[in-house]
Amino acid sequence: MHRRETTETAREVISVQHLWAGYEHEAVLEDINLTVKELDFIGLIGPNGGGKTTLLKVLLGLVPPMRGQVHILGGSVNEGRRHIGYVPQSVEFDRDFPITVWDVVRMGRLGKRGLLQRYTAEDNDVVAGVLRSVEMLDLRHHPIGALSGGQRQRVYIARALATEPEILLLDEPMASVDPLVSTSIYELLGRLNDHVTILMVSHDVSAVSAYVKTVGCLNRWLFYHGERQLTSDMLEAAYQCPIDLIAHGVPHRVFQEHTVVRPGSPQVEEVRQ
Amino acid sequence: MIEALQFGFMRNALLAGVLVSIACGIIGTLVVINRIVFVSGGIAHAAYGGIGLGYFFKFNPVLGAIVFSVAAAVGMGAVQRRTRQRADTIIGVMWAIGMALGIILVDLTAGYKADLMSYLFGSILAVPSGDLLIMLALDLIIITLVALFYKELLAISFDETFATVENVPVDAIHMLLLCLIALTVVMMMRVVGLIMVIALLTMPAAIAGQFARDMKRMMVLASILGVLFTTAGLWLSYSLNLTSGATIILVSGTAYLLSLVLKPLMSRVWSESMG
Repeated sequence: MHRRETTETAREVISVQHLWAGYEHEAVLEDINLTVKELDFIGLIGPNGGGKTTLLKVLLGLVPPMRGQVHILGGSVNEGRRHIGYVPQSVEFDRDFPITVWDVVRMGRLGKRGLLQRYTAEDNDVVAGVLRSVEMLDLRHHPIGALSGGQRQRVYIARALATEPEILLLDEPMASVDPLVSTSIYELLGRLNDHVTILMVSHDVSAVSAYVKTVGCLNRWLFYHGERQLTSDMLEAAYQCPIDLIAHGVPHRVFQEHTVVRPGSPQVEEVRQ
Repeated sequence: MIEALQFGFMRNALLAGVLVSIACGIIGTLVVINRIVFVSGGIAHAAYGGIGLGYFFKFNPVLGAIVFSVAAAVGMGAVQRRTRQRADTIIGVMWAIGMALGIILVDLTAGYKADLMSYLFGSILAVPSGDLLIMLALDLIIITLVALFYKELLAISFDETFATVENVPVDAIHMLLLCLIALTVVMMMRVVGLIMVIALLTMPAAIAGQFARDMKRMMVLASILGVLFTTAGLWLSYSLNLTSGATIILVSGTAYLLSLVLKPLMSRVWSESMG
């Protein structure tokens, strides 16, 4: 599998035009325009209640748009979502639910096997393959409730990969994992990004790591122009309180992690001093 | 117990216990992991309206109960899906209306209502052979449908959102589940009665859920436990001359409480033996 670079000519995989969406006639997203190209790795950050999950749900056809157009791989959302692997935010979770890691991941094959069709040997091969890629194959017979937060996150990523997606959507992927584990998950996502387009949302500014290629801010409106770094303008526009953020030293971490990618950046030098 | 087996009614009762326990284990597992115990209670009590209808129009009350409980299942499923809030209120209302309708219809029916109480409190000792055949048929229907739609039932139970994204017909599968609950409830009415249906539906599954690591094992274990509880309860009620339905429930309840106490001990032993 050779690495394809994201260029200006790359294929559009997600196209959102003038999207308004929300619940019960109240919009939480206004006039969203977003173009995701093949092999992008986009991190969108924004405060809680800023519409991040709603945006993902629109892309998955779980929330209908009030206005505007959404296309996945040039087609409708319900058609296109078959090519999306979705990693939900893992908040609600029944630890006693009787299900093994293997069975959770095999759910990723549901889209390929319709009603009254059994899972095939091919499905089992795919499931074993993705479990190996997230280093969870050894734990395949464990009940999901017995896993740690980081292990569970890997299982959900494996489930999304089992759909053999072209696009991965991740909702707060680092919410329930400690920093060490999140680094290893980012390394995994970085590897996956060689052949899968990734769109990730998070409320945590520090979640934007070196592996994310471009970043944006989402808080009712989307501030995304394919930038490689978060700018104070974007943060200010999205969070509407720039001083607070800088006081917590959060942008510092973001810039520092970018040193890996762009060591020549003057902003980085400034932060390092 | 052995000498009791010479009575036909006792053999029928034991068979009825086994047949009902199989359905109970399978459907009870789905009820417990989906947390729809309340909806199941609503379906069970609404079924009483069908029994009243049967009495009033002089047809087999069990048929009326089947029609009514399936209708209640479809109604409650629709309510649960369409209205996000207050679903529990509406289910509670349907629960009460079904029950009240049954009582009024029975009031309006002239003549002696011999086995009316048996639907409320169960009468496993009075199961005719014909009903055993109905139970067997219902068991086969339930096993077949659950086997056919196993992966979809598991998917909507574990993560409905993901199932939707994978284009699983979530609403249809949910409706199927509620109809299966309705059929199970009607079967169970004979054994423990409407009032105690929820208990027998949930307790074997709840115990099994503490020890099974996947849904299939939970279903099998819950069915086996159900057979044990109904048989033990039946034997106790026979030798102590107690109401059979209530005795079965008390046996199950005692086992459930014991399992809560034993679970921490057993899982420690297991984790040690597994290394």
